[in-house]
Amino acid sequence: MPVIQLQQIHRDFQVGDQVVHALDDINLQIDAGDYLSIMGPSGSGKSTLLNLIGLLDRATSGHYILNGQDVTVLSDTEQATTRNKTIGFVFQSFHLVPRLSAAANVELPLMLAGMSVEERRSKVAKALEALHLSDRAEHKPDQLSGGQRQRVAIARATVTEPAVLLADEPTGNLDRKSGLDVMGILEALNDRGITLIVVTHDAELGQRARRQLHMLDGRIHREEQEG
Amino acid sequence: MRLFGLDVLRFAWGALVGYPSRALLMLLAMSIGVASVVMLTALGEGARSYVRGEFASLGTNLLTVIPGRSETGGFSPSTLMGETPRDLTLADAQALTRSYSVRRVAPLNVGSAEVSRKGRVRDTVILGATHDMLALRRWQIMQGKFLPKIRWNRAMPVTVIGNKVREELFGTEPALGQWLRIGDRRFRVIGIMGSEGRSIGVDVEETVYIPVASAQQLFNTSSLFRILVEARSRNSLPAVEKYIIKTLQTRHQGVKDVTVITQDAVLLTFDKIIGALTYSVGGIAAISLMVAGILIMNVMLVAVSQRTAEIGLLKALGADHRQILSIFVGEALLLSSLGAVAGLIIGELGSLALRQAFPVLPAYAPLWAIAAAMGVALGTGALFSLLPARRAAALDPVTALSRR
Repeated sequence: MPVIQLQQIHRDFQVGDQVVHALDDINLQIDAGDYLSIMGPSGSGKSTLLNLIGLLDRATSGHYILNGQDVTVLSDTEQATTRNKTIGFVFQSFHLVPRLSAAANVELPLMLAGMSVEERRSKVAKALEALHLSDRAEHKPDQLSGGQRQRVAIARATVTEPAVLLADEPTGNLDRKSGLDVMGILEALNDRGITLIVVTHDAELGQRARRQLHMLDGRIHREEQEG
Repeated sequence: MRLFGLDVLRFAWGALVGYPSRALLMLLAMSIGVASVVMLTALGEGARSYVRGEFASLGTNLLTVIPGRSETGGFSPSTLMGETPRDLTLADAQALTRSYSVRRVAPLNVGSAEVSRKGRVRDTVILGATHDMLALRRWQIMQGKFLPKIRWNRAMPVTVIGNKVREELFGTEPALGQWLRIGDRRFRVIGIMGSEGRSIGVDVEETVYIPVASAQQLFNTSSLFRILVEARSRNSLPAVEKYIIKTLQTRHQGVKDVTVITQDAVLLTFDKIIGALTYSVGGIAAISLMVAGILIMNVMLVAVSQRTAEIGLLKALGADHRQILSIFVGEALLLSSLGAVAGLIIGELGSLALRQAFPVLPAYAPLWAIAAAMGVALGTGALFSLLPARRAAALDPVTALSRR
């Protein structure tokens, strides 16, 4: 069953008096539990596509069906709720709130969901434990290494048990070893059923995915699929 | 509401602690605003109670009879000036004592004369008074005795002098029993008035008191400046007022030519004036609260641009418009309430200092002013944070996240 269906998606930007087609007639179907990488040079529209899938951006035209529901017709507030429940983000620059401890950062999406404090606490503890961060729970981001920060970010992205995990250059700010470590964690999550979508310009990284999309000028230029 | 109020507070608190200089700046502005409202209204209220106290020391059962009729009645500047179509006399005053409801009557004469002793000369206010004046005005004698209890129309060469007059004329020498010269007459000092007891209109220590008949001789007049009447109780005031007017009308061939002022009328006027002053000063101070509000708006706007990435993140994590709004408004509210409390403490401490420095001025901020200051502080905090909060809520998450 497809968790994500994109039908004739267009996304246009007005730059000066020119219209830029960041996404140009995208048709895509992603099954639950899939592992997808989106590759392409900068400006090819891969980040725009990720933002659109993550409900951070709206299509100019076309339909986006997430979990069987057409989300293009939802209001901003409904989209925010959907985002909170079904989508987890991992960013290149981690985007941890510097003044909050690791645990408080992980707690943020649960707080926004309006979950009770006790329930939050146990979920946060579990998420941190799964990423071997229990002893770092009260550390501030600036007391953590890059790899640890990204693991906190992953804990935050997964604490709500989302169906889809979106990673935008998740290893871009990490050394090779931590990068591989983070990819291993993401792939392990995918093995347990989460749909994983990774945007990268690193071919080596992209080839780890079962499905690989190559984008160029707002279109899906080429698609490769393993076995 | 998907976001608990407590969470908003916790989050806001974290943000405040995370940016201490920003928080302190806003706290300072808010607290100065609130403190100035509290202190200025305390000052106003202090002045009001001071005046009230002065009048109370005069005795609230007091009626003042002034020659001349003001047509509108009540209290006006012309009644204070005391125009005289027909003079009040000692006989008039005597006639007023014949009611049970009247406790004391004090005829009064005022003038100015040279007081001299051994070559030292001083121009001084001379008060022609009677024995009862002391009790009626709640004055206290420092040394010796007040004017003797004699018939009002009897002149007697005795005088009671204020302590300052004594200092200037006698220096360190004893004054009691000594003679001095007032105008061209000699008087013997029988008492000295200290500063004990307060009095409006008369500086007790700088005045010289002589029997009213002596004053009439000295100033060569048979009329009185005014007559003070003390009623036996507050309830009998209207009756006593009527009695005075009727008695004097009969004595003045049926012409109503006196004005009777109650202390209440005078007090009410002062009360109104000082009340208006307190309100306006409090209002001016409230403007500083508005300024603090505008400062909060500016600092919050800076905060929004500083924390753009954080706002983008919150949106990516599923925060909706309302949640972002409440986070920033909550932060401003927390700040302004902390500022208001700090300001209240500073203001109360300031009022305490005022009371210590000027013990006669009971500078306590009235409750309404405290409530209003807190309300305005919170109101401006909420109002002026709306614009920055809306700006934050309207941020596009994609661009917000791409900013570092």
